[in-house]
Amino acid sequence: MLSSTAKNLYWMGRYLQRAKSTARLIEATQRMALQSRGEEAAGVAAIFGMEDEFRQSQAQGKRLASLIDFLVLDEHNPSSIVNSISAARRNAREERNNITVDVWESLNSLWLELSARLRGNRANLDRGALIESVKKQAVMIFGAAQVTLLRDEANNFLQLGAFLERADNTGRILDVKFHLLRPDGDPGAEGLDYFAWSELLACIGAVRTYRRIYRSSLHPKKVAELMMLRRDVPRSVHHCLWMVDLNMRELAEAYGTRGEADRLAGELHARLRYARIDQVFDIGLAKFLGELRGDIGTLSNEIGRQFLLD
Amino acid sequence: MAIKAFDEMNSGTDGSVRVPYRGVADWLARTSPERVAATRAEVDLFYRRHGITFGAYGAAEGAETTIPFDIIPRVIAWDEWQFLHKGLSQRVRALNAFLSDAYGQREICRAGIIPEEQILMNGEFVAMAQGLQLPGGVHAHIAGIDLVRVGEKDFYVLEDNVRTPSGVSYVLENREVMMRLAPELFAAKSVLPVADYSEELLATLRSVSFSDGHEPNVVLLTPGHYNSAYFEHAFLADEMGIELVKGSDLFVDESRVFMRTPRGPQRVDVIYRRVDDAFLDPLAMRPDSFLGVAGLLGALRAGRVNIVNALGNGVADDKSTYTYVPEMVRFYLGEEPILQNVPTWRCDRADDYKYVLEHLSEIVVKEIHGSGGKGMLVGPTSSKAEIEEFRTLLKARPDNYIAQPTLSLSTCPTFVNQGVAPRHVDLRPFVLSGKKITIVPGGLTRVALKEGSLVVNSSQGGGTKDTWVLAPDPSDPPHSNGEVSAPRTEGS
Repeated sequence: MLSSTAKNLYWMGRYLQRAKSTARLIEATQRMALQSRGEEAAGVAAIFGMEDEFRQSQAQGKRLASLIDFLVLDEHNPSSIVNSISAARRNAREERNNITVDVWESLNSLWLELSARLRGNRANLDRGALIESVKKQAVMIFGAAQVTLLRDEANNFLQLGAFLERADNTGRILDVKFHLLRPDGDPGAEGLDYFAWSELLACIGAVRTYRRIYRSSLHPKKVAELMMLRRDVPRSVHHCLWMVDLNMRELAEAYGTRGEADRLAGELHARLRYARIDQVFDIGLAKFLGELRGDIGTLSNEIGRQFLLD
Repeated sequence: MAIKAFDEMNSGTDGSVRVPYRGVADWLARTSPERVAATRAEVDLFYRRHGITFGAYGAAEGAETTIPFDIIPRVIAWDEWQFLHKGLSQRVRALNAFLSDAYGQREICRAGIIPEEQILMNGEFVAMAQGLQLPGGVHAHIAGIDLVRVGEKDFYVLEDNVRTPSGVSYVLENREVMMRLAPELFAAKSVLPVADYSEELLATLRSVSFSDGHEPNVVLLTPGHYNSAYFEHAFLADEMGIELVKGSDLFVDESRVFMRTPRGPQRVDVIYRRVDDAFLDPLAMRPDSFLGVAGLLGALRAGRVNIVNALGNGVADDKSTYTYVPEMVRFYLGEEPILQNVPTWRCDRADDYKYVLEHLSEIVVKEIHGSGGKGMLVGPTSSKAEIEEFRTLLKARPDNYIAQPTLSLSTCPTFVNQGVAPRHVDLRPFVLSGKKITIVPGGLTRVALKEGSLVVNSSQGGGTKDTWVLAPDPSDPPHSNGEVSAPRTEGS
C-alpha cells in the first residue's frame, strides 16, 4: 500500500467523523436553545475553537442560526459539514481502488444528496433534514466499512483517522461545555440545569446510555466519567484511544517496526484506562483535558511522521 | 450529399433484419416504451452512483458528467469477429515491428518504403528511446484500433491509437449495466464475455518486466483525479489489484524505481502509465511537469523498469504515418493486409493537396496530430463559411493535414427522444501485446447521438453502447475450424 493511500484513508476517516460529530453537536445545541434562554452561539463556536473565525466570517452577529450556517454550509470554513464531506469524498475518490463499492457508493450518495440540496434556494434549505441525512449516512458509511473492508493496513488507517478525530471531539465538547456549565470546575450537584447537562450527553448521543449505566439522575462527575473514562461507551475518549492503540498495534505487527507514535498511543490509552474520576477532579478537569488534547494532537503529528503521510 | 448508410440491424437482404440482430429486434418489438424509458433513467442513476464519470475538457474544474449509454447493444456476428480478430492481430504485429525498427536500425527507411524524415522529424519522436531493447520487442502493449463499417463486408481502420488509448472501462461497465438492466436480452443469444480483460491486461503487463528473477511489481501511473479518464485508471488498478500511483508516490534511486509506502520503499518493475510522454520525467522531458518521476527514463535505459506503452509510440499512430501501415504489414510480415485503410490524401503531396483544395465540401480533412474530433473539417456537413475558414488554416500549413473521403459510417438502432432511430457508430477494439496477442471480443462502440452526425467522440456529444460478439450458433452450419469458443489469443 502507498503512503498516499494511507494518508487519504486516514483523512477520509477524520473528515467523515468530523462531519458526523458536528451534525450531532448542532442538533443538541439547537434543542438546548429551544429549551433555555441562554445564548448558545459563543459556546458552540468555542467548541470548534473558532470564535475568531466566526466573528470574521460573513456571518456577522452572534445569532445561533448564522452560526449553524457557518458550521454546516460555509465554504470558507474548512471544517463545515459540507466541506468535510466533500473532502472525505475527494479522499475516497482518489482511493476508489482501495475501498469497497459499498463504502464508495454510500459516501458518494451522501455527497450527491448534499450537492442537490445546496443547488436550490438557500432560504428554503431544510437544514434539519440535511443534518439528519449526514448523521444517518455517516453511520451507513462507517457500517459499510465495518462489514465490507478487508482487515488490512488500509482499514487500520481509516480507523485511526476516525477514532483520533472522535477522541478529540469528545474531549473538546466535554472541556468547553463543562467549563460553561461549571466555571469553577466543581462537580458538586447543586442547582443543576437538567436540560443543559442532558444535552451535553446528547452531543455524543449518550443520554439513554447514561441511564442504563448509572440508573440515577444526572451528576456532573458521572457525566464526565462517562464521556472520558468508560471503555464501553463507543464515543468516550477512553474507547476511542483504545481503538487507536489497537490499530497502531496491528500496524506495528504488520510492519515489524515501532516508533514514537506507538509509544504515545500506548501511553494515552493507559492513562485513560487507569484513571479514576475523583483523581481527575483532584488534578482539575480542565488541566487533565488540556494535557490530553495536547497529547492527542502530538500523536496525530507523530503518526504523520512515522508513516510518511506528510 | 446524403449517402444511404449501412444499417447493422435493418440492411439485410430485401431490407430484412440481419441475422445477428434478430434477438435485439424481437426484444425491441416486445418491450413497451415505458419500460424502456424507465430503464434509461435507471442507467444514468447507476453511472452517477458508481461515480463512472468523465470530466470533459474545458468543463469547470471538478465538473463530472456521465457519457450517455445507449441500451440497445451493437452486435457482431461470430464470423465477422474472426475476420476482425485476424486483421487486428496482424496490424498490431506490424505496428510493433515498425516501432522496434523506428527506434532501431530503421530498415524500412533503407528499403525506401518510408522516408526517414517521416520518423525523425515527427514531433512525437523521442530520441532518448533509440536503441532500447524492450522485453519481447513490444512497444504498443495496449492498442486501440478505431474501425468503421460501411457495408456488409467492408470494414476500414480509421485510426490506430498506440499511445495511451482509453475507453476500455466502458466496455466492462457497459456490459455490467446491460446484464443488470435487460437480463432477458441475454437469454436469447450467447454473448461472449469481456470481464477477463483486466486479468489479460495484468498478464500482459507482467510478461514484459525486465527482471526475470522475482515476481514483478506492476503499478498504474495516473496524472491524478482531475484527469478526464481518472475513473478508468482507478477502475483498472482496482480490477487488477495493483497500486494506482501518482508521480509523487514514486522516486528513483540508483536507477531503480521505488514507491513510497508506510513500510518503506518498495521496488517497481513495470509502470502502466496513463501519463503522456512529455510529462513522464522532468529531467528528460518537460522540466515543468509535476506528473512524472525524476530519473524515470534513466531507470528505463538501465533496464530496471519497463514503461507501458513505450515512449515515442506517437511516431506510429499519427495520421500521416497511418498511410504507410499497409506497407508495414507487407514489409515486416510478408503478408497482405487484412484490414483496409481509408484512402487518404496527404496534403504535403502536391497532387493530393490540389485535389483536396478542390473538393473540400465533399471530404473530411484532419490535423495530423489532432484527436478527440477537434481540428477537423467534415465537408458535407459544414457551412460555406466554415469551409473557407478551414481553407485558410490548411493553406497556412498543408503538411499538417490529411484528407479522406466522407465515409458513410454504419448505423445502429439507438434510443433518442423520438424513439428508436439509426445513429452512426464506430468500434474500438483493444489489442493486448505481451508474450502473445490477446483481444477481448468486441470493444468500445461509440455512437454519434446527433442525427446525421459522424463525430462519435465523447467530448463532442457521443455516447457508447454495449458491444456483443455472438458465440457461433450450434444450429448454424459449422465453421471451417469447427471451434465453439472464441480464440482470444495467438502467438506473435
